[in-house]
Amino acid sequence: MDTFPAPAAPLLSAHRLAFSRNDEPVFGPLDFSLGSGETVLVEGDNGSGKTTLLRVLAGMLPPGAGEIRFNGQPASRDNRNGHVLWLGHRTGMNDSLSARENLGFLAGLYGTRSGMTAATSMERVGIGAWIDEPLRTLSAGQKKRVGLARLLLSPGEVWLLDEPYANLDRHGIDLVNALIAEHCAGGGAALVTSHGAVRFADTRARHIHLAA
Amino acid sequence: MASTAQSMHDDRVARGRRSSGTSASAACIALLRRDLVLAWRRRGELFLPLLYAVIVAALFPFALGPDPELLARIAGGVLLVIVVLAMLPALESMFRVDLEDGTLEQWLLAPQPLALLALTRVIAHWLTTVLPLVVVMPLLGALLNLPVKVLPVLIVALLLATPLLVLLGSVLSALAAGARRSGILLALMLLPLAVPVVIFAAGAIAAAQAGMPFIAPLTWLAAALILAIVLAPLACAAALRIAVES
Amino acid sequence: MSRSYLPHWIHWLGSPPNFYRFAGALRPWFMAVALISALIGLYGGLVLAPPDYQQGDAYRIIFIHVPSAWMSLFIYATMAVAGLVALVWRVKLAEVIAMECAPTGAAFTLITLVTGSLWGKPMWGTWWTWDARLTSELVLLFLYLGVIGLYNAFEDHRRGARAASLLALVGIVNLPIVHYSVQWWNTLHQGTTVNFLDPARSSIAPAMLWPLLVMALATHLYFFASLLGRTRTGLLSLESGKQWVRALVGGQPAQTTGAPT
Repeated sequence: MDTFPAPAAPLLSAHRLAFSRNDEPVFGPLDFSLGSGETVLVEGDNGSGKTTLLRVLAGMLPPGAGEIRFNGQPASRDNRNGHVLWLGHRTGMNDSLSARENLGFLAGLYGTRSGMTAATSMERVGIGAWIDEPLRTLSAGQKKRVGLARLLLSPGEVWLLDEPYANLDRHGIDLVNALIAEHCAGGGAALVTSHGAVRFADTRARHIHLAA
Repeated sequence: MASTAQSMHDDRVARGRRSSGTSASAACIALLRRDLVLAWRRRGELFLPLLYAVIVAALFPFALGPDPELLARIAGGVLLVIVVLAMLPALESMFRVDLEDGTLEQWLLAPQPLALLALTRVIAHWLTTVLPLVVVMPLLGALLNLPVKVLPVLIVALLLATPLLVLLGSVLSALAAGARRSGILLALMLLPLAVPVVIFAAGAIAAAQAGMPFIAPLTWLAAALILAIVLAPLACAAALRIAVES
Repeated sequence: MSRSYLPHWIHWLGSPPNFYRFAGALRPWFMAVALISALIGLYGGLVLAPPDYQQGDAYRIIFIHVPSAWMSLFIYATMAVAGLVALVWRVKLAEVIAMECAPTGAAFTLITLVTGSLWGKPMWGTWWTWDARLTSELVLLFLYLGVIGLYNAFEDHRRGARAASLLALVGIVNLPIVHYSVQWWNTLHQGTTVNFLDPARSSIAPAMLWPLLVMALATHLYFFASLLGRTRTGLLSLESGKQWVRALVGGQPAQTTGAPT
């Protein structure tokens, strides 16, 4: 008797997810899933709750209603932490340290992808020369690129990227799109927010639109 | 067909797997190194609490008159109070920078328990801001005419009391970090909780100075310290989660 | 988050408009019985009870001092329990209750300290001493003030309530210290005289004991009445934008609410 193995559960899925602040609904109920190799783009104007949605998915805020699942299991520290990489408005890097030191610290927490080093990741994002400069001497766009380098450096199947195009020029935008495409081709998934001013490269990506 | 889909999925996921360990100890060392490097970059600032302690200690003979017996009587307690006050400014900003630049968000999503990272931060904080104070104790003791035989007891009392205060302070600092305007709030919250610690530490020093047994208050401090090492990081982690929530 | 293990009435009570009406109905009764018991207790303590053979009439301040001290601890425990519920389950009502406990608790603690000081002068010859019980009671006052201060430092009241609740829980270690301080250390303050588990074994005369217990009842009822009232006000301000509050203020009948928020 042939039994087919069940299809792989989506890396991340949300079922009737909603959130309110001060009893004002911020978003929801939302249903979506993110499977291996997929990208979801969350669009909406400023104040529409895109960042809040991402923070709820990352576990920084508790959902008001609904549930989140990682690999089919209800979201918990064990199945989320170590499998999710977060790049928010604030890059999570200290200005007094160099890119190498910041990347080294985060790699110390999250681990290093096989074959990657801080130097190779910085080269990939195009600012290898700045690896030992204190971050405060870098421009906002360069700091964003260091944040992108961090995504390459540590393993994590699900990328939660909040406005990754912010502060970047045309080349930077292309870089983000390329990195996301490579990540998804390698089996990862990405959920990206944008206020819609940027043309998203992946035409197969699903869109979620949040109204303010 | 379906089986190859599953194995392809597994392959893709496996390609992202860690190569170097992210064991808890490796993570703690990474955090410790980061904090120590940051402290070294600001090493000029770290002298300020020391200078403050020395100046305040020097003020007492001026304020109370140079009567050596009077100074010797109050020296132990005064030194303890000076150390507590000198610790306050640094405690206030224990988590502030990391909250503002988003580092705490990365802590929250790290594979390691948040409480463990909090405990590591406490250790780093103690090493960089409190240890120098303890090292300067003999000098401060001399300024206040502290009997030399009491100095070891003073050091031991400080080695027990100050980590306890940093652990307590970490919880309060994390709570206050989430508030927009906190100002002197941390001092107001910490000082009452510091009272029992000061009482026991000063009690040990006074007992030693009078030639009486001083082990009991020190063991109380040690017991409280052990309890705090276990509980404070958990409370600190809970407070950090509240702070990141905004 | 299913709460099927909770009885339905707790679920119902947790909804702010329901609690508002329920508390409003209950409060006058609590206040009335509190006042009556206070009058009875004070009469019993100030008039009926005999003078103490050592202290004469100066001891009578205990009928204010001791119940206030008990309340200072009881209210802190209530605050901590409500705070725990607020922290773990994020129940809005629990947040409001916890925060509204703090000012009343601080007041009772202050009354305890002041009446204690007034009693201490004739009895020990000093307004204040740094013994274990007085010091830990003073620390309790600062803990209350810390909770109030931390709560008010947050712009988001719900986050502030949870942060202040965590602070209250951290400080709960002070409660056994206050209570057992007279047993663990040699203190100037007298030892435990009222045994709750077996009042007959208390080392206090029955004629003095019963007014004390009546005053304890009065203060507890007063606290409940006060808490019901304060929580109603707190709910109004927290929910000020919502329909049920607007209906209340505008004088129209509110929509019946079934599901709690």
